[in-house]
Amino acid sequence: MVVQALAFYLFATIAVLSATAVVTVRNPVHSVLLLILTFFNAAGLFVLLGAEFLAMLLVVVYVGAVAVLFLFVVMMLDINFVEMRQGFLNYLPIGVLIAVVLFVELAFVGAGWTLTDEAVAVLAQPTPAGVGNVEALGRLIYTDYAYIFQSAGLVLLVAMIGAIVLTLRHREGVRRQKISEQVKRTRADTLEIKKVPVGRGI
Amino acid sequence: MGVSMLNLGAALPEIFMAVSALALLMLGVFAGKDKAFRTVSWLAVAAQIITVILVVTGEGGPAFFGQFTADAFAQFCKVMILIGSSVGIIMSMKFAERENMARFEFPILITLATVGMMAMVSASDMMSLYLGLELQSLALYVVAAIRRDTIRSTESGLKYFILGSIASGMLLYGMSMVYGFTGTTNFAVLADTLTGGDLPVGAMVGLAFMFAGLCFKISAVPFHMWTPDVYEGAPTPVTAFFAVAPKIAGLALFVRVAIGPFGSVVADWQQIIVLISILSMLVGSFAALRQENIKRLMAYSSIGHVGFALVGLAAGTEEGVTGVLVYLGIYLVMNLGTFAVILCMRRNDRMNEEITDLAGLAKTKPLMAAITAILMFSMAGIPPLAGFFGKFYVFKAAVDAGLVTLAVIGLVTSVVSAYYYLRIIKVMYFDEPVEGFDRNGTEMNVIMAVATIAILAFVFFPNPLMDSAAIAAASLFGQ
Repeated sequence: MVVQALAFYLFATIAVLSATAVVTVRNPVHSVLLLILTFFNAAGLFVLLGAEFLAMLLVVVYVGAVAVLFLFVVMMLDINFVEMRQGFLNYLPIGVLIAVVLFVELAFVGAGWTLTDEAVAVLAQPTPAGVGNVEALGRLIYTDYAYIFQSAGLVLLVAMIGAIVLTLRHREGVRRQKISEQVKRTRADTLEIKKVPVGRGI
Repeated sequence: MGVSMLNLGAALPEIFMAVSALALLMLGVFAGKDKAFRTVSWLAVAAQIITVILVVTGEGGPAFFGQFTADAFAQFCKVMILIGSSVGIIMSMKFAERENMARFEFPILITLATVGMMAMVSASDMMSLYLGLELQSLALYVVAAIRRDTIRSTESGLKYFILGSIASGMLLYGMSMVYGFTGTTNFAVLADTLTGGDLPVGAMVGLAFMFAGLCFKISAVPFHMWTPDVYEGAPTPVTAFFAVAPKIAGLALFVRVAIGPFGSVVADWQQIIVLISILSMLVGSFAALRQENIKRLMAYSSIGHVGFALVGLAAGTEEGVTGVLVYLGIYLVMNLGTFAVILCMRRNDRMNEEITDLAGLAKTKPLMAAITAILMFSMAGIPPLAGFFGKFYVFKAAVDAGLVTLAVIGLVTSVVSAYYYLRIIKVMYFDEPVEGFDRNGTEMNVIMAVATIAILAFVFFPNPLMDSAAIAAASLFGQ
C-alpha cells in the first residue's frame, strides 16, 4: 500500500507541476515536451487505478500520435507565442468568470443527478470480476457489441467511398509508374548497339 | 431463443447484402474506369433479389444479444425496402449512362444504404438504430450529389447533408436523454422499465427530440423544408429511390420506436404524432397546389403521404399499424410507377420536369397517359384503386381509436390534394399536344405496367398484402 501511495503522490505531483509548466513556459517546444510528460504521468495514475487499457491508450494515442503531431506543428510553423500571450491580464476576469460558471454548472449536474429505481436495476456493470479490463473491453467490443462495431465499420466504409466518389478526378496526362511494364522490359527493347566508325560519329 | 445469444442466422440477409456490396466494390475497382457499371448494377439487383428470398425464408428471432430483431414486422418492411431499391437501381441504369453519372459506386452505395435501412427496421436498441440510420443517410447524401459537376445535384447533396446531420444530432441528444433517465438503450428493457406508465420528464424531453429527428428523416412537417429542394436537385432516379425506400424505412423505424419501447406511454406521444400528421397533410396538399415542377410536386405529395401514414400510427393500435404498413406497400407501388412515368418524360434526349410538358400526352402516347391517369387517381385516393384502400384503413383505425377530428382533417386534405393529381390528368387529356416524348425504355414499360396492374388488382386480391401486414403488426404488439 505504501508503494502505491508513494507512486500516486509521485505521479500526481509531477503531473500537476508539468501541467502548470505547459501553460507557463516561454518556449512552445518545451511546452509540448512537458505535455508529453503530463500524459505519461496521467497514464501512470490510470495504471494505479487498475485501468491499464486507458493507460495504454493514453500513451499510444496521445503521446504517440497527438503530442508528436503538436510538436511537429509547433516546430514547423513560425508562431510568435509571446505575442499571443499579450493581453492575458485583460482577459483574466472574464476567463475566471466563465470558469466559475462552468464549475457551478458541473456541480449542479453532479448534485442533481437522479435515476429511477428501475433504471438502477438495469445499469451496465463496471467491470466483470476476474478479468482484466483489456479483456473486458475486448469482450464488449468484439462479442457483445460486435454488431454495432461492424455497422460502424460499414459507416466508415461508406464515408470513404463517398469521399472518393465526390472528389477523385482522373487527370489526363499524368505519368504513372507501371511496375509490370517496367519488369517486362528486356534489354532488346531499350538497348541498341551501333558500330561507330572511328573519327566520324553517327 | 434467448436474448443473450449471438444467433447470426437471424441477420443472414444483412450479412449477405453487406458482403455482396464489398464484393461488388472489388469487382468495380478492378474492372477500372466505370466499365463495370452495368454489370455491377445488375449484380446488385441480383443480390437484392437473393436477399428478399433470404428475408422471406429466414428463421428470424432476436440476434446479437438483443440489439437486432428479425420479426415479421422487420421482414415485411425489408421486402418493401428491397423492392424499392432494386427497382431504383434498374430505373437508374439507362439514365446514368445518358447523363454521364454511370459510376460503379452508385449501385454499391444504394446497396449499402439498403443495408442501413434493413438494419434500421430490425433495430431493437438505440445504438443499432442510430448506426443503421447513419449508414443509410451517409450513403444517401453521397448519392444525392453523385452528379458532382452539376450545381443542382451538389446543392441538393449538401443541403441534405447539413440538415440531415442536424437531425442526427437531435436524435442522438434525445437518445442520450432517454438513456440518462432510464439507464438503458435496449428497446425490450426500456419497454419493461416504462411499464409503470409514467415517463420521467427527462425521458419525455428525450422522446420529443428523438421524434423530431425521426420526423426529419421521413420529411414530416415541420421538418420537411429540405424535401422539395433535395428531390428537385437530385438526379431523377435517385429522387425515385429517395421517395420510396428511405421513406418506408424511416416510417417503419418510427413505428417500431413508438410502439416498441414507448408502447406503454402512448398517451404521452400521441398528441405529437397527431399534430405532425395534421401539419404534414395540410402542407402536403396546400403547398403542392402551386408547384409547376413535377419532382417538387412529388416531394410535397410524399410529405402529404407521410402525414396520412402517420394517422395510422397516431391511433397507436394494432389496427393502426396494419394500416400504416398497407399504406406503405401501396405507396411504394404508386410511387415507383409514377417515377417511371417521370423518367419517360424525355424529349430529344433531354429530361423534362415541368407538368406542362405532359400536355396532350393522351394524343401522342395514349397508353402511357392512361397509366399515368390510373396512378394519379390512385394517389388521390379514388375508389376502387389501391390508393383509396390505403387511406381507408388508416382513417378507419384513427376513428376506431377515437381520433375522429384527425380522420376528418385527413379526408378534407385528401380532397384538396386530389386537385393537383387531377390537374395532371387534365393537362394530359385536354391540353393541346406538344411534341411527343422519346421512345420509352423497356424496363420503364415493365415497371409502369406492373405498378398499374398491382393498383388495379388490389381491390380483387387484397389478401396477400393485408394478411402479411396484419401478421407484421401483430408481431410488433405480441412482444
